[in-house]
Amino acid sequence: MNAPTIEYLQLAPLLTVFGAAILGVLVEAFAPRYLRRAMHIPITLLSLAGAFALVIVQTVKGVPTKPSAMGAVAVDGPTLFIWGTILVLAFVSLLLLNDEDHFVPAAAAVPGSAEEERALIEGNVHTEVYPLALFAIGGMLLFPASNDLLIMFVALEVMSLPLYLLCGLARRRRLLSQESAMKYFLLGAFSSAFFLYGTALLYGFAGSVDLAKIGTALGTVGGQDALLYTGAALLGVGLLFKIGAAPFQSWKPDVYQGAPTPVTALMASGTLVAAFGALLRVFWIALGNLDWDWSGIMWGVAILTMVAGAILAITQTDIKRMLAYSSIAHAGFLLVGVVAITADPKQNALALSAILFYLAVYGITTIGAFAIVTMVRDAGGEAWHLSRWAGLGKRSPKLAGLFAFFLLAFAGIPLTSGFFGKYAVFQAAVSGGALPLVVVGVVSSAIAAFFYVRVIVLMFFSDPAPDGPSVVLPSWGTASVVGFAALATVVLGVFPQPVLDLAQSAAGSLFVH
Amino acid sequence: MTTHYLVLSALLFAIGGIGVLTRRNAIVVFMCVELMLNACNLAFVTFARQHGNIEGQVIAFFVMIVAAAEVVVGLAIIVTIFRTRRSASVDDASLLKH
Repeated sequence: MNAPTIEYLQLAPLLTVFGAAILGVLVEAFAPRYLRRAMHIPITLLSLAGAFALVIVQTVKGVPTKPSAMGAVAVDGPTLFIWGTILVLAFVSLLLLNDEDHFVPAAAAVPGSAEEERALIEGNVHTEVYPLALFAIGGMLLFPASNDLLIMFVALEVMSLPLYLLCGLARRRRLLSQESAMKYFLLGAFSSAFFLYGTALLYGFAGSVDLAKIGTALGTVGGQDALLYTGAALLGVGLLFKIGAAPFQSWKPDVYQGAPTPVTALMASGTLVAAFGALLRVFWIALGNLDWDWSGIMWGVAILTMVAGAILAITQTDIKRMLAYSSIAHAGFLLVGVVAITADPKQNALALSAILFYLAVYGITTIGAFAIVTMVRDAGGEAWHLSRWAGLGKRSPKLAGLFAFFLLAFAGIPLTSGFFGKYAVFQAAVSGGALPLVVVGVVSSAIAAFFYVRVIVLMFFSDPAPDGPSVVLPSWGTASVVGFAALATVVLGVFPQPVLDLAQSAAGSLFVH
Repeated sequence: MTTHYLVLSALLFAIGGIGVLTRRNAIVVFMCVELMLNACNLAFVTFARQHGNIEGQVIAFFVMIVAAAEVVVGLAIIVTIFRTRRSASVDDASLLKH
């Protein structure tokens, strides 16, 4: 019997993040309370930076041409790009998360009870959020890299379970926060059961859960179509739920609103990137030869997602819900790229690089927007209602200007990064023969632009309420997050070529399997 | 011969799915999700038998571990909600809408 070979260097970024998460748990267990935060911050930030450095080392050393760890994890070009993106987004979100007073002092205490009051006075903090976030980030890294469906399922759960808990830990509006945790948990568990049953059926079809072997079995196994189609459909439901595509989008606004805003930022950026990586891998490798059958359905899902996201966003009166619906619409735009698959690998590489670029630029802008949401406060916490944002441009023009800039980037106005993201995806879709889809995409972008502009008009052209919200002085963490996001949005909007090239060379090798 | 087990697994999965959609108590909803995961396990083990390889049986162990981890997180969330609201009904938790 031979021992399995594990390419430790290739998996080093993953192992670093998981190792740091376990170290964080040990800190929770053994370090005295007053030291914990001081120990968690360097562990968390250094491990993410270290993992990012390891990704760069791997990229420079050359992209592996075959899967690592006995075919369980594929560290290929797209994976390395996605890892780099997720690690940057996670680092930035953690700077935001690191700010004090986002999280509840005692999660087990009933809201409004004497117990909670006492915990507040004693200045307790749940430092568990750092290892929880690291576990979630580790899951995000593993999810798009997994080369078989079992690893993908485990990664999905490792990513989701800590996020369910983090959602329920908001310091203010705790009822909303707990409710969002329960909704996310029940719906997430429901959808992962679908994912798993799909995996079981595909295993029954192919006799293996390896993505490449399922892909090969499509051509060799006959007479098992019921297993194949049901399995593929159930798997698709599980994955589409995670990216929040319609008709599985209903969790997104509730969860994004109720969760603590830094956690929302992490979910809206990192989870979306990870889930798109996994979706592409499943649909392009395992089910790539079946694209005639699924691309029609995916067209429908993409159209529904774009239109539903854009139209429902108009009716929102809550800033976080509006951003959630905008995230749904963006998931739809990205799906336009997913259906651009053809038999031509060059075309597929084009579509893949467009999606990778879009994910990176959208993620960073999203974190910037949510960072600004954390700074606009009422007496009872963040001011979420849109009417409270009226006239913000007159009271604090810098902040409102930055927020307006992020919104314009979401809308895809030229000279922002969002423009090139959308342009790349739509261009790839046109050359992939999905012109009608692009037309729908452009129309829904126009609808979406309407509500972004509406918020900008509200901020700059209406009078501020006398008891309007106050803008808190940002900590260095929040300030650097906003600064970095704004800088990235400008630079990638004016000079996107380096990152486009990077995405192109990452996508050039497509997925190895 | 393995068809019977597959039919049973599909039935269990469907019962679980219907339960999630119709039941009101969060604990019962969660139990239905667990039923769905167990239906998956039955399917995995059956297919392992059918294909004569051990992969499916190994996967069943992984699924059990994941399900156990999910119980820990899920019960924690549901118990907190119950302590706050004195009710575990999924209909009562309806502050977040529109």
